[in-house]
Amino acid sequence: MTALSTSRFKIQTKNLNLWFGEKHVLKDVNIGIEEKRITAIMGPSGCGKTTLIRVFNRMNEIIPGCRTSGEVLLDGKNVYSSDIDVVELRRRVGLVFQKPNPFPKSIHDNVAFGPKIHGITRKKQLDDFVRFSLEEAALWDEVKDRMNDSALSLSGGQQQRLCIARALAVAPEVILMDEPCSALDPVATAKIEMLMRKLAENYTVIIVTHNMQQAARVSDLTFFMYLGEVIEYGETKKIFESPKNELTEKYISGKFG
Amino acid sequence: MIVRRVREKIAFTFLRLSALLVLVILIAILYYIVSNGVAVVNMNFLLKNPEKGMTGGGIFPAIVGTFYLIALTLLFALPLGVSTAVYLSEYARGKNDRVLTIIKVATRILAGIPSIVYGLLGLGLFVFVLNLRFSLLSASLTLSFLTVPIIIAASEEALESVPMSYREAALALGATKWQTVRSAVLPYALPGIMTGSILGLSRAAGETAPIMITGVAYYLPRLPASPFDQFMALPFHIFTLSTQSSNPQLTRPFQFGTVFVLMALVLLMNLVAIVIRNRYGKLRR
Repeated sequence: MTALSTSRFKIQTKNLNLWFGEKHVLKDVNIGIEEKRITAIMGPSGCGKTTLIRVFNRMNEIIPGCRTSGEVLLDGKNVYSSDIDVVELRRRVGLVFQKPNPFPKSIHDNVAFGPKIHGITRKKQLDDFVRFSLEEAALWDEVKDRMNDSALSLSGGQQQRLCIARALAVAPEVILMDEPCSALDPVATAKIEMLMRKLAENYTVIIVTHNMQQAARVSDLTFFMYLGEVIEYGETKKIFESPKNELTEKYISGKFG
Repeated sequence: MIVRRVREKIAFTFLRLSALLVLVILIAILYYIVSNGVAVVNMNFLLKNPEKGMTGGGIFPAIVGTFYLIALTLLFALPLGVSTAVYLSEYARGKNDRVLTIIKVATRILAGIPSIVYGLLGLGLFVFVLNLRFSLLSASLTLSFLTVPIIIAASEEALESVPMSYREAALALGATKWQTVRSAVLPYALPGIMTGSILGLSRAAGETAPIMITGVAYYLPRLPASPFDQFMALPFHIFTLSTQSSNPQLTRPFQFGTVFVLMALVLLMNLVAIVIRNRYGKLRR
């Protein structure tokens, strides 16, 4: 695995194992995530893909009984080392959830939430952050005239883009997306996928999906996971056209999943 | 088959009669109090001091005293109860479940302790040991002990009803635990916390035994000027009028009037709680 030692990786894992209680969820995961590209992690339900991306911002820790071993390097620094501030880590590595989960606050306040908790109080500065983030998330034009409306008045797709804007507002470097389109219709899904391509110009994007077409459409690189192990990795095109592993081949040809 | 049907009929009738009986008791009490009390209640009754050995005048000091008592009790009990609940349900959960269970059971037991026991505790602790005297302060501290378990239980329930996704969203943005609780959990638990607290307070408002031995006065022509003064209170005033008067016959209308005012106050508090719950209670999408 010499490729993994090069520094083009934004995130690397080394012998990563994870347990929930007695259940061994991630098994010896050694992967690298390239900077400013879209990496898809696909695999059948329960294969550990969501757990894997939640290792990158240590969100698994809020679940009781979770244990990890091995290393997760962000820019070469282990995020599990004792001098890492988990709050700062989560600012750098944002997460967009499977189900849109805006706060029951106004559109403005949802996006301003992050900057506020990180100490920005001046209204002008907050407004700038909010506008910038909403523009980045391709939502600004749709909501600029109703910033004080409740976020819950938005459609599902808009809510998800709002959640992306909320994540962008704390200036992250990596954006994790956990099946961000699974609750959305095809039109809203297409918008989010377009948005991902745009985001990859400035951010490292990792998307978890069990939808192969989505992985094929949006990602540059693809991991295939099965039962807690990474089975295959490569350029998305290659994975889909000429998978090396039999399991991968079976999965993308729809024989199981 | 016939036997089964007859048994069903008997059971059903019995259950229905039980429910009916409860309703009848409630209506009878309310009717009795309202019909006898409402005539007595007027501006004079509400705004004047008792006169002529409590056979004249009004109950103004008792109303004000009860309000002071409730306000101070809220002041002490709310922060303590809510803080405890936040610790239990946001911080301790999943880390030390044994200690958590012990504290939880303890608060439930506290809620079941007879109020006179709280009164004795207050008498010993606040009146004598801490030397807060026989006062509004001692009485409201005692009542807050009584109210805290109710507030804890209500707050825990309210906190648990806040969707987990709010906490996750805040944490994923880099919020600390405390920032998450303060800005993504507490605001949405607040209606439930308020509802439970008001219900707890309305119970405290009607308590007689604990305040009797910690600070309430038989008769005071003036309002308490500081928390260290004694005070009059509605429930104790009812007790006084009906058992301590030299002429209980003459005070009878005043007994009904005072009961009416106390009941109205408690019902009003319950109503406010219900309104808050209906208005802001629907959190889950």
